[in-house]
Amino acid sequence: MAATATDSRAQQDAHPSGDERFALLDKALKRARFEQDQLVELLHTAQEVFGYLSNDVLIYLARQLRLPPSRVLGVASFYHLFTFEAPGDHICTVCLGTACYVKGAEEVVEGTAQALGVPAGQTSDDGRLTLWTARCVGSCGLAPVVVFDGTVLGKQTTDELVTHIREVFAAEDAAAEEEEAG
Amino acid sequence: MAKVIDLDDVAVQEAEARSRYRWRVKVCSSTACDASGAGPARRAVEHSVEEQGLEHDVQVVPTGCMGLCSAGPLVRAEPRGGQATMFQQVDPQVGADIVERHVVGREDLSQHQLDENLPFFTRQERVVLSNAGRIDPERIEDYVAEDGYRALVTALRMRPRGLIETIEASGLRGRGGAGYPTAKKWAMLHDAESDQKYVVANGDEGDPGAFMDRAVMEDDPHRVLEGVALAAYATGASKAFLYVRAEYPRAIKRLEQAIRTAKRQRLLGKNILESDFSLDVEIRTGAGAFVCGEETALLASIEGQRGQPRMRPPYPTERGLYGKPTMINNVETLANLPDIIRRGPEWFRGMGTRVSPGTKVFALAGSLQHSGLIEVPMGLTLGEIIEEIGGGCPNGRTFKAAQTGGPSGGCVPASFRDLPVDFESLRQAGSIMGSGGLIAMDDSVSMPEVARFYMDFSQDESCGKCAPCRVGTLEMHRLLERICAGAGTERDLALLEQLTRTVRETSLCGLGQSAPNPVASTLEHFRDEYTALLRNEPVGVAHG
Amino acid sequence: MARPKRPNVPVVIDGHEVMAYPDDTVLSVAKRNGIRIPHLCALDGVSVYGGCRLCVVDVAERHKLMPACGTAVAEDMEVHTQSRTLQEHRKLILEMILAEGNHVCAVCVSNGACELQDLAVELGVDHVRPDYQFPRRTVDASHPKYTFDPNRCVLCTRCVRTCSEVEGAHVWDVAGRANGSYLIADLGQPWGEAPSCTWCGKCVAVCPTGALAWKGKAVGEMRHDPNLVAFLTSARDEGEWLDRETM
Repeated sequence: MAATATDSRAQQDAHPSGDERFALLDKALKRARFEQDQLVELLHTAQEVFGYLSNDVLIYLARQLRLPPSRVLGVASFYHLFTFEAPGDHICTVCLGTACYVKGAEEVVEGTAQALGVPAGQTSDDGRLTLWTARCVGSCGLAPVVVFDGTVLGKQTTDELVTHIREVFAAEDAAAEEEEAG
Repeated sequence: MAKVIDLDDVAVQEAEARSRYRWRVKVCSSTACDASGAGPARRAVEHSVEEQGLEHDVQVVPTGCMGLCSAGPLVRAEPRGGQATMFQQVDPQVGADIVERHVVGREDLSQHQLDENLPFFTRQERVVLSNAGRIDPERIEDYVAEDGYRALVTALRMRPRGLIETIEASGLRGRGGAGYPTAKKWAMLHDAESDQKYVVANGDEGDPGAFMDRAVMEDDPHRVLEGVALAAYATGASKAFLYVRAEYPRAIKRLEQAIRTAKRQRLLGKNILESDFSLDVEIRTGAGAFVCGEETALLASIEGQRGQPRMRPPYPTERGLYGKPTMINNVETLANLPDIIRRGPEWFRGMGTRVSPGTKVFALAGSLQHSGLIEVPMGLTLGEIIEEIGGGCPNGRTFKAAQTGGPSGGCVPASFRDLPVDFESLRQAGSIMGSGGLIAMDDSVSMPEVARFYMDFSQDESCGKCAPCRVGTLEMHRLLERICAGAGTERDLALLEQLTRTVRETSLCGLGQSAPNPVASTLEHFRDEYTALLRNEPVGVAHG
Repeated sequence: MARPKRPNVPVVIDGHEVMAYPDDTVLSVAKRNGIRIPHLCALDGVSVYGGCRLCVVDVAERHKLMPACGTAVAEDMEVHTQSRTLQEHRKLILEMILAEGNHVCAVCVSNGACELQDLAVELGVDHVRPDYQFPRRTVDASHPKYTFDPNRCVLCTRCVRTCSEVEGAHVWDVAGRANGSYLIADLGQPWGEAPSCTWCGKCVAVCPTGALAWKGKAVGEMRHDPNLVAFLTSARDEGEWLDRETM
């Protein structure tokens, strides 16, 4: 009974754009049996699938879960891991936990922001780099810690980090040039 | 219906399998060591084993955290029946050397060998972390071989009430912060009458500088599950949630996998080990909110709401998740349970102090020679932990203060060297045990600056529900900024103290009430630094 | 559980013995007996929130201050509502609330009929010690009938609870967190463009300040009606407007 009810709900309310990523979200919605208490889990899925939470996605979740839109945005905006703007191609997160702070992580953030022209918490104008800060990623033995595109880098200085990022960019540029040429 | 696991059989088979190898080379594959390059090191070890044709003699085991993260990547080579050797800063070259020169050639690799007689290792007493760094966390057989799930077998033969009495006799107290007696909480849920009860494992370790729970969840996930099952059986809960912060993707993955395996082996799910006891376990992920470590906020988050605390009473054991009686236990608390049941409450009481029995895991960080994860008996003195285990401050710096309990805790000055580290003593010194972050600060650090750092954290992590915490932490941060910049006045300091009192006494939840602690404790122990700043004099020796 | 005919739980507030119903809170029994406890977010007819903390009281044998609005009465409970410490706390909390927004009575529609203003007078707030935050917030006048001025919002969530629990529309909610919390209509669009709003105006009626107001009101002309909600809910609960014959 329940299964058919949710199936028909998913069908009749399928996202009109036909964007395939919504199919992934639909799958998660079904797995969650459209239960309203799964909102945070579903927001995680939505962000994984879309990269960020657009109004379109929030409205879609609200409709599917039969929740008021203000409640959905209220919940999503409460948690720091959810983002409402598309992040850059690369994400650099500097940990500002106590251990990292004691070992000078603030200088790493400021130095990197200055060197690469990206204010902390924002994305560069060319959309290439997002510079975030975090509240402890739990690798305090390696302070100060930076997570670059999902890889944990320990004992970082501003120079090391900036060099690393520039190298990644340079490698990308070289690859792009090669592609263009070849 | 799946076949029930035969624990004896698995343990025997596992022991046999192990005895076939002459060497077991364990490579720490925890998040910290991975960040230091444990992946390439492990591949080098594996490659070298293959190259030497030693696949049948040497077993390479990826393990969880070995503790001394600052010296990672760590490798431990264990000859059958012989003395193990630990290696530090293992790059691929060293990895190959371990196989070719140490295992095969029996050579010493002196500069990479790590002395296991360091107080960092010898002063520890590992219960919760007994398997961390020793077993492959992704294999249930490894856990079973270390007597895993035996406590569950024992418990299922007992009455729930008897189990609660055992925990009461052990004197176990909640490891999440306040040290509330675990058996008392259990009894409340046990006595609550309801068609549905819940147990929640709190793995939302949000304190900056704390990663104890992560280690347990990542390195020994089945221990957490066994603990959850024991708590649920004792209290009559049939559904359990594991609330894990999203910043720990590996912990989530390992726990998910462990749940699946345990269900297959009839250690979770319906009719556990063919008893009448059933338990459904589900993982819920946090999303970056420190306040969700507070139990009522955590429940709101599981229900898909803003993680804002609710008023207590009613306590969760009366009305919790979805209005049903619910008990929240910290992950480390739960991880203590299997050993207490298996080895008895007297054994547990044999460690630690009379009022705070057992051990405590600390994330040791900051200005220290040796930092990482340690588990020590309660009541060890602050000096023993910082100076012996941590090896004191490096670069000729002098130890000035220890911060415990994160943003809810305080700073204990070096003069409290002889303070036993347990729940009551720390509270008397103006701090709290908290979940177990312990950060050493040297003489380069300005204490008002430390208070400002924590207040910045609190004003950002306040949930925003109640006015004193929402606005008070912001105002306190402003005042601290001004004072630290040398622009503060006597009036600012007086207002700071008044705000400390009001925020502490009128905030809604435990987090708001404890948010002023870093200010209060630094004012108590380092007031001269505040007054020096008012006179615009520098504080703390500049960072080297 | 129906209420007994007469209140039957003895409670001592500030030395006076009063009788409470079993489902009373300290605030509700005090109110009925004419004992004034300052409060801001509490509103009869909707759920308890406990956010403003102005109603904190001292309950004997509890080691922490308790909010009167969310503390259930118990037999022979002894409550103190007016100690010097409590008054100091309340005063500072109110100063914090005033410092957080942009509250300028002289230009406010609710001047003279504002609960925040009344509390300031009652608690003797003649100046504000914490730093004024001077947040930059934009007035939303997009709704045809009402205006929302977030500069005057104290995040009491009376509107949120009323809209959700009484009107059933749940237009309003709080977004963000900590000092970055703010009120949103639907997905944060201008109120006038929020499709779920029914224009019922209950949120405006219950707002304790000039944050929500009727459009076109000049300074000091706005009158709120916070009792409307309790009137509606009790009528609904008791079935007062139904034809008894058809019930």
